[in-house]
Amino acid sequence: MMTTLHSMTPATPEIYLAFAICVVLLFEVFVGVKRPGATATLTLLVLAVGAALTVRYADVDHHQILFDGMYVTDPLAFVLKLAGFLFVAVALLYSRMYLENRDILRGEYYVLALTALLGIFVLVSANSLLTVYIGVELLALSVYSLVAFDRESGLAAESAMKYFVLGAIASGTLLYGMSIVYGLTGTLNLEVIATKLTTPGSLGVILGLAFIVVAVAFKFGAVPFHMWLPDVYEGAPTSVTLFVGTAPKIAYFALMLRLLAHGLAGTAADWTLMLTPLAVLTLIVGNVVAIVQSNLKRMLAYSTIGHVGFIVLGFVAGTPSGYTAALYYMLVYVLVALGAFGVILLASRKGFEADKLDHYKGLYQRDPLLALVMMLLMFSFAGVPPLVGFWAKLRIIQALWETSHLGLVVVAVVMSVVGAFYYLRVVKLMYFDAPPDSLPATLRPLGPRFVIGVNAAAALVLGILPAPLLDLCSRVIH
Amino acid sequence: MQAHLLSILIWLPIVAGIVVILLGERRIAAGRWLALLAAVATLILSFPLLAHFDTQTAAYQFGEKAAWIPRFNAFYALGVDGISLPLVVLTAVMTIPVIIAAWTVVKTRAPQYFAAFLIMEGLMIGVFSATDALLFYFFWEAMLIPMFLIIGIWGGPRRVYATIKFFLYTFLGSVFMLAALIYMYVKAGNYAIASFQSLPLTLEEQRWIFAAFLLAFAVKVPMWPVHTWLPDAHVEAPTGGSVILAAIMLKMGGYGFLRFSLPITPDACRELNLLVITLSLIAVIYIGFVAIVQADMKKLIAYSSIAHMGFVTLGAFVVYEIVRTTGQVQGAAMGMDGAMVQMISHGLISGALFLCVGVLYDRVHSREISAYGGVINTMPIFAAFMVMFALANTGLPGTSGFVGEFLVILASFKASFWYSTLAAVTLILGACYTLWLVKRVLYGPVANDQVAHLTDLNGREFVVLGMLAVLVLAIGIWPQPLLKIMEPSIHHLVTQAVATKIPV
Repeated sequence: MMTTLHSMTPATPEIYLAFAICVVLLFEVFVGVKRPGATATLTLLVLAVGAALTVRYADVDHHQILFDGMYVTDPLAFVLKLAGFLFVAVALLYSRMYLENRDILRGEYYVLALTALLGIFVLVSANSLLTVYIGVELLALSVYSLVAFDRESGLAAESAMKYFVLGAIASGTLLYGMSIVYGLTGTLNLEVIATKLTTPGSLGVILGLAFIVVAVAFKFGAVPFHMWLPDVYEGAPTSVTLFVGTAPKIAYFALMLRLLAHGLAGTAADWTLMLTPLAVLTLIVGNVVAIVQSNLKRMLAYSTIGHVGFIVLGFVAGTPSGYTAALYYMLVYVLVALGAFGVILLASRKGFEADKLDHYKGLYQRDPLLALVMMLLMFSFAGVPPLVGFWAKLRIIQALWETSHLGLVVVAVVMSVVGAFYYLRVVKLMYFDAPPDSLPATLRPLGPRFVIGVNAAAALVLGILPAPLLDLCSRVIH
Repeated sequence: MQAHLLSILIWLPIVAGIVVILLGERRIAAGRWLALLAAVATLILSFPLLAHFDTQTAAYQFGEKAAWIPRFNAFYALGVDGISLPLVVLTAVMTIPVIIAAWTVVKTRAPQYFAAFLIMEGLMIGVFSATDALLFYFFWEAMLIPMFLIIGIWGGPRRVYATIKFFLYTFLGSVFMLAALIYMYVKAGNYAIASFQSLPLTLEEQRWIFAAFLLAFAVKVPMWPVHTWLPDAHVEAPTGGSVILAAIMLKMGGYGFLRFSLPITPDACRELNLLVITLSLIAVIYIGFVAIVQADMKKLIAYSSIAHMGFVTLGAFVVYEIVRTTGQVQGAAMGMDGAMVQMISHGLISGALFLCVGVLYDRVHSREISAYGGVINTMPIFAAFMVMFALANTGLPGTSGFVGEFLVILASFKASFWYSTLAAVTLILGACYTLWLVKRVLYGPVANDQVAHLTDLNGREFVVLGMLAVLVLAIGIWPQPLLKIMEPSIHHLVTQAVATKIPV
């Protein structure tokens, strides 16, 4: 009994989280209904304790395979799980006032966020096709329901429906690809698959890969499988957009890394070839289409697509250096996106959704702090030093040069200039234009404002002193 | 203290700028004085650089090195040589008039205005003193943010168009340079500029890298045909923005050619020098003609800047032609000397001219030449200054404008009779557009009521223009100290530029 218990310690984050979800759910039933908001506080507490437990019990240094090869724990999983706790906590913190103002501050929101986080964790530690699939579905189902969380909103229901139908197709594709891989190798274990599938180019492998790549591209929102993304970002309540746009990216990165870069490493020649046109298209469509958007949420959706293009480029390089670059880019992207959507949440009011670009006119004069935060984040998205986004782009370009991808470097740098344009436009609206009289004042809750300030400051400090995070990313990808 | 002098020069103004912002609108009087104090302190602290600079060596001096990103072998490495030192001091000098000129004139968001220029100062000194290419790029790009805000917030009616155009043009140029720098990092294993300079590169590689550098630096200089952002940016920028743009930011392009293009891709430069020389001569002649017909004073000076910067690129790249025709390296240094002096001199003169326009604009609120006439009748002291700077702009002997142009023309004469003849056209064109400007604005009868009620320079403006006038004359009459500081570095640069880096 002792040994079994001991062998389960590395899985503390997942076990704890599953337990905590039940507690939060019961708490909501007995206490939360009477005191709305109590569940929100409890959830933040749960996340803090979870992070502490992860640091205490999860195995940081070793690469361990557990549960009959279903589950892997390594430094990468450790870092991604901690990042998951942090990002979800920040996202929930920003959301609370917004939910309150729309009368959707209910405990289920937090339960769903936690199950999504559990899905992320399962994916991050997946070492088998089965675990991968369970993680993907757990995350996806939680997110679908979150998108539809505001029952009164027809737009939200529509986008949830779109997301669900398309997502189900993608899940089917993923399963189909996995079944082909299983047929070729006779195993679900990713490590064993890696030793068996070592020759690229065979028809069966290409067929299986094609399905898997399509599914992964869908999850990430890579062109041409991106159609759901702008609609979901625009239609979902902004707090959900914030959630969908941030923490799940960790899971999709892990999905790509565990499945393609580790499990199917032997066939890298095939899947990098498939990812190349995807990455180029994603960069171009994301950045160019973002220019013509007048809705900030939609603009950020296309900007997300543009950034996904960069992350995929890291995988196109197909080297550990490339995966490091992709990991770094992903973490930086999530950090900045959290802040950017957080600004939308804080600029909104009861009955007023600050989701049009015009709503940010003269924000500097109405709320200098929020404008400053948004400006820093926009310059970070654009990749201008001294903001952290610069290093993310630099790291990707470096990985591409190491593998002699001249053409991709050119596409990447040109698209980052195109991208700069629409980020500059946001700054222009906030700083150069006069505020119209009709806009309501921004929200001034102390806690979230402090955190969003720290969020932007982090983008600046990590931009001036990028070494620690760059180091961390290199160390966890071996 | 000397060991960290460059760091202090970079961070003192930046920290002061942040404090000025924190002081806020209500304590603007204190903020103003703090800004001035910081700018003056930066200038004073740059004097030890001049005093202790060893003019016998081309090596970097006042070096600093600290780990920045160990994994990339990127260092927080600073140092100045004979090429960067004058530019560092120029930056420290030119920030002071900008701050004094804005003293009571800038009324909206004044703390941010002062802060933006102080932060710019720190970043620009960083650009000139970084010896690590990554650090260089870091400062180079970071500077875009304050300049973007300066033009966008305090600019004229079309400021949004101008500032976005400015940002995107320079950003487009720079990202290709970044790609080139990373490419060389992957080959060299570190980001030290010196190691890039000694990195063997095939001709094919050099051509690509040269193209990337050309894009970045040509936009910044700016060279014809990528100059179109400059007149827009200048016209719309507030006075201080124009001064810093013309005086310092354009010099970064020239500095880039001298620090990166020539030593890192010498073979490509040799092969493609005619391209740069042609573009430079087009800038000198065609843009000279364009300047003549301008109706807006700032636009006229902006075009004149492009023409004058043509001399910088001409002086730098004519080196190859000199070596080709004479077979000597000695004469080649003269072109580079000319390019450097021209940069410093143009920094002072164009800055001063923009300040002069600012003086008029503050009173009349128009930049149109036709709104003026006979200003000398009401503002005699101002007119004296403006005439002096205008003559310096045309290259009158005794002013700094003469030294740079003369050296470049002389050097290009060694290369080819035609280069020097074409370059010398500027003496006529420059006189045309500058003196005609002076004639229309300053001389003649008093044109209108507004001019009739003008008041002459106040003490603040007098100090600013007087300071620059002294410097313009000093360099014009006795350029030797400046040339001496540059000599070993220029010599070293010429050897690098004419060497070959193609691996055998």
